Amino acid sequence: MATSVKVSGASETVLAIDSVTRAFGSRTILNGISLDVRKGELLGLLGPSGSGKTTLIKLITGIDRADRGDIRLFGERMPKLAMLNRIGYMAQSDALYNELSAKQNLQFFGKLYDLNGARLESRIQAAMSMVDLLNHLDKPVAAYSGGMKRRLSLAIALLHEPELLILDEPTVGIDPVLRLAIWQELLAMRDKGTTIILTTHVMDEADRCDRIGLIREGRLTAVDTPEALKRMSGKATIEEAFIALGGGAGQ
Amino acid sequence: MRIRALAVRIMQQFVRDKRSLALIFLAPLLVLTLMYFVFNGQAAEPDVGVTGLPPSIVAKLESAGANVTVYDNREAGMEGLRDGELDAVLEMAGGSPSILLEGSDPAVNQGVQMIVQRAMGQTGGGGVQPDITYLHGKANLTSFDSFGPVLVGFFSFFFVFLLAGVSFLRERTTGTLERLLATPVRRGEVVAGYLSGFGLFTLLQAALIAGYAIYVLGLYMDGSIWLVLLINLLLSLTALTLGTLLSSFASTEFQIIQFIPIVIVPQVFFSGLFSLETMNPWLQKLSFFMPLYYGADALRGTMIRGEGLSDNTVNVLVLLGFSIVFALLNVAALKKQRSI
Repeated sequence: MATSVKVSGASETVLAIDSVTRAFGSRTILNGISLDVRKGELLGLLGPSGSGKTTLIKLITGIDRADRGDIRLFGERMPKLAMLNRIGYMAQSDALYNELSAKQNLQFFGKLYDLNGARLESRIQAAMSMVDLLNHLDKPVAAYSGGMKRRLSLAIALLHEPELLILDEPTVGIDPVLRLAIWQELLAMRDKGTTIILTTHVMDEADRCDRIGLIREGRLTAVDTPEALKRMSGKATIEEAFIALGGGAGQ
Repeated sequence: MRIRALAVRIMQQFVRDKRSLALIFLAPLLVLTLMYFVFNGQAAEPDVGVTGLPPSIVAKLESAGANVTVYDNREAGMEGLRDGELDAVLEMAGGSPSILLEGSDPAVNQGVQMIVQRAMGQTGGGGVQPDITYLHGKANLTSFDSFGPVLVGFFSFFFVFLLAGVSFLRERTTGTLERLLATPVRRGEVVAGYLSGFGLFTLLQAALIAGYAIYVLGLYMDGSIWLVLLINLLLSLTALTLGTLLSSFASTEFQIIQFIPIVIVPQVFFSGLFSLETMNPWLQKLSFFMPLYYGADALRGTMIRGEGLSDNTVNVLVLLGFSIVFALLNVAALKKQRSI
């Protein structure tokens, strides 16, 4: 598994985060984060809730602005509006219009990414078949279950075939069978060169990532492959490694 | 025990929500204060222009409570009436008195007639009934005819304000606004999209309200329906931009409702539903900050006095200006959600 990172062969840096700090009032949420993500890499951000994962994601997507430090996406300094076209984003909450049908939601977001006509139509089909919702395309989102909404959110993030996919807790509320299917799709997309950054606190998911960034109280305590993290901490599972590497000082 | 736990929780939430506290305690005071100023002034003294009247009657009119201006001829008085400086022109022609009333406000019409009657009665010529004519409106112009145009504007304003405020708030609380702003859409595009999406509905609403009032309820209408629609649309756009702007400062639907006594009710008092003539002049100037004041003035002018677009240029431009300023502030307020 550890070697699969190098198999993709690309060393091109997609995302470069350099000593980023973000505070809200007197509360420091992110403290001196530095991280590089290469093209075609699947990076997992692992940390307890409140550790700053979502804030980091908002900085990367340009929704929020860092107080100090530098974030470069495809070489451009963020936040930059034009870069947003190259990012697919799935927020932690299902940001869907419940009154509209799934298709109307997809059409709306597709048009925001300048997709139109036949191309929009074919992308909707492709994205919805990927998350196995093709049969529910015309249903109003209000009639969707929690897991279906999650999958629709993912489909919307995939719609414009972004080079970088940023997923905030993508598999929450999705049953194990479908979770496996979604992971296979994500891995397939990675192998085709899509860079993926996701947050999770499901440990077995972390094991599938090329590299894991451990976040604890706004600091990136370790970034490495799952195997290296286990080796470094002398533990058998990521869960134990996470506690050993990140938790010691905090507790 | 459960009931108590619930009650305690509600109290705790309430204490934390300072604005709701302010609403229940301060907003009634604000509204009461406004009502005090509106209703507690002296009785309005009608402005009457007179021509060809013996000085004794002029003195009687003044003592009956009218502000009397003496004009050399009828035309000079008429001009004052048209400019809105006078409420009525009283003249003695061929031995019998005649009153020309401005006519837009039934209450003022009645006030003038009462004063004239009193003054005439005292001179002993009580048997002579003055001949009454109207510059605008008609003899049986009801209070509704007079208030109607204001209500037409008010309802457009009020409901569009609420609707726009709540739906923009929803967009924020459900996370769709954040998702929206993670796409390459510009902040200006979001505001413009909202304006045009809702604009269509506000146009329909404006047409429905105006059409219903005029054709179903038989509201007095002397001007162009197209001008009424234009003014109503502009008023709705102002409500739309103001509603979305203020929703940035609310975090729940309930907090949108809280804007009603603060933003909507004061505008009602200054919209022309109540006569402000007796109000402290300094307070009267507050109406210059209220969109509904301009909309109501334009609607009233158009519907009762048959004014055209050229008479309402200022009102139309001010409403347009309000919309533009609020829309730009909206774009700026979206910076709170996304830094670019």
